[in-house]
Amino acid sequence: MKKLPIQGRTLAMLAVVIPLLALFIYVGLRSGPLAPVAIMLATVESRAVTPALFGIGTLETRYTYKIGPTFAGRVQRLDVQVGDRVKAGQIFGEMDPVDLDDRVRSQNAAFKRAQAVLREAEARQTYAQTQANRYEKLFTARLTSEDIVTTRREELKIAEAGLSAAHEDLARTHADREGMVAQRNSLRLIAPADGVVAERYADPGTTIVAGQTVVEIIDPKSLWINVRFDQISASGLAKGLPARIVLRSRSGQTSQGRVLRVELKADAVTEEMLAKVVFDALPQPLPPIGELAEVTVDLAALPTMPAIPNAAIRRVGGRVGVWQIVNNDLRFTPVTLGAYDLAGFVQVREGLTSGDQVVIYSEKALTSHSRIDVVEKIPGVQQ
Amino acid sequence: MISLAGRDIMHAWGKFVFTGVGLGLLIGVTLSMAGIYRGMIDDAKVLLDNSSADLWVVQKDTLGPYAEPSSIYEDTWRSIRGMPGVARAANVTYLTMQVREGQRDVRAMITGITAGEPGTPGWPPYLVAGRQITRGHYEAVADIASGFRLGERLHIRRNHYTVVGLTRRMVSSGGDPMVFIPLKDAQEAQFLKDNDAILQQRRRSAANPAFNKPGSPGLLDAVIASQSSNAYVNAVLVQINAGYGVDEVAESIRRWKRLTVYTRSQMEEILVGKLIATSAKQIGMFLVILSIVSAAIVAFIIYTLTLGKIREIAVLKLIGTRNRTIAAMILQQALALGVIGFVVGKISATLFMAPIFPKYVLLEPLDSVIGFMVVMLICVLSSIIAIRAALKVDPAEAIG
Repeated sequence: MKKLPIQGRTLAMLAVVIPLLALFIYVGLRSGPLAPVAIMLATVESRAVTPALFGIGTLETRYTYKIGPTFAGRVQRLDVQVGDRVKAGQIFGEMDPVDLDDRVRSQNAAFKRAQAVLREAEARQTYAQTQANRYEKLFTARLTSEDIVTTRREELKIAEAGLSAAHEDLARTHADREGMVAQRNSLRLIAPADGVVAERYADPGTTIVAGQTVVEIIDPKSLWINVRFDQISASGLAKGLPARIVLRSRSGQTSQGRVLRVELKADAVTEEMLAKVVFDALPQPLPPIGELAEVTVDLAALPTMPAIPNAAIRRVGGRVGVWQIVNNDLRFTPVTLGAYDLAGFVQVREGLTSGDQVVIYSEKALTSHSRIDVVEKIPGVQQ
Repeated sequence: MISLAGRDIMHAWGKFVFTGVGLGLLIGVTLSMAGIYRGMIDDAKVLLDNSSADLWVVQKDTLGPYAEPSSIYEDTWRSIRGMPGVARAANVTYLTMQVREGQRDVRAMITGITAGEPGTPGWPPYLVAGRQITRGHYEAVADIASGFRLGERLHIRRNHYTVVGLTRRMVSSGGDPMVFIPLKDAQEAQFLKDNDAILQQRRRSAANPAFNKPGSPGLLDAVIASQSSNAYVNAVLVQINAGYGVDEVAESIRRWKRLTVYTRSQMEEILVGKLIATSAKQIGMFLVILSIVSAAIVAFIIYTLTLGKIREIAVLKLIGTRNRTIAAMILQQALALGVIGFVVGKISATLFMAPIFPKYVLLEPLDSVIGFMVVMLICVLSSIIAIRAALKVDPAEAIG
């Protein structure tokens, strides 16, 4: 009984000191750089990887008609507004003809004058013909001199040449007039195809240079998406592949489409491949031209092969591979990878077989000397 | 032989242990401060580690991409890739900005990584959840320090990004969590202005007669298109082939491409020596002040403890205890106090202070060993004053 107070005190002291020391040792070994690295393992599974390509593009129309005059001039009238539908051949505007109408009238007058000149030449020729015939007969009856007959023959040739010239002159003035009328007609702004007015660049009174666009007409039925795929992840892109399209303004909806064509020329500056993707059924209401669209092109599923999540892939010493646990030690296994899909699975061509365990997640970069601790979930990750 | 110190401690062990715990908290703060300093340097180093580059190619005569802005053409990597000794070259962009998610926003370093496969320079070298980026646009891998979760939608400028993977300890040199997004998006994020600014820019261009000549339709569109594209990146990360020297490859790029190239050691020098120098010095100064204060407090505690026992010491002297025994008792007690203090300090620094600290606290084992020795040394030194006081005591005081 005498020793009890001291023993009690010692016990109490130990009760404080021993947990403290235990905690200290735990802290020293389980935290900081000496602590084991928490890792998560994944099993290599045989699965059919379905590669897909992801690109973004803008909505464009296949046919865009930019209508404008071929001569510089002023817009006289423009009957259509943005959104109006136009029919092929419809005249929806006109340029100011300035003096063209007057010139057409002048050509008309010139044409009539040429007709009059032709009539005069015909009359002259008829008269010369008659005279020539008469003198031929008189000469046959020896009633006139050869000299006079020769003169009549010459006069007839001259009259015939005059008639021919008058004919040609008439044709020329006719052509001139037709040309002027054609020029006059070209000042009309005519829709080349059915479509919708997408842009009206000028209003009546505006002066336009030759070739400048006054009205832009699009064919809404020819809507397509000009999609850009990064070259590095565009292998397998081909015509006819099914595509899923998500428009920026309708992010919840997926429309189906297909690749219409892959452009022969890639973008050399941005290192992207270009493709045109069309909708299977046009979304209604029609999305605006220029809207951003995300396009996922599904390639055919590949044969079943061992596949790993891409989070498991590491590069150590310039080689691509995965970390594996062999006899409780980490070992780096170089692998040859194949195709991958957008869900993050990568085919393994060489280096792993189905059922192998690989390190998928780790708390920090691993080395072959790392102490490891296999966990179900890396600490600190919020679900 | 009985331990005088042990007996004395046992006599009032509660008081002793509490004093030790108090001292321990002080030592804990000091250790944490050292940890913060180490953490700052580690932040800088992990930034370099995580880029998994051997060389950083940046704009000529800049300290980019971390310490200074640097911009080079996005196609520069092609010519660098063709240099002898270069195994891989990848564009990268860095931009520190606020990333929005719902109602909150987080300061993060947006890192644009070039398309490719995991292991490409610039990509996060390991993940803790989810997967790496597979799409060329609108996906993100975020550091868990940002607080983002898998599947969340982030807003960066006008675009939305889905968090597909999480990583850990991927921070900027300032400790901001990194968010990895595809390079093309990052270039846009770096350059893209808000819609108002774009409109105003268009209006300005349209008002400029040089860009909007009546005689050349289409020129304005071309000018606007060229104004709203970004063909720049911040740096090219280069990995070199085995068998080539880092300096040799760096020198040939410097010479033939006329760009500035940094090796790993130079980059570390820039980050540690220039970028975080002031804040590191500041923390270092705090560390020194805290150490001095701790030393003073330890000395004071031991001195007070000894003075509290002055009568008992006088009795010891009176019964003829040798000075050595008394000195040993005080020294042993001081050391015991130091050990308890250190143990408590280490535990509190590791378990309580480090996790709640907003910045990364790296408690290096070597720092702890040095800390332990310093604590012991301070205890020894401060016990000398107490020993002097104890030895000067007059045995007569025991009865007087």
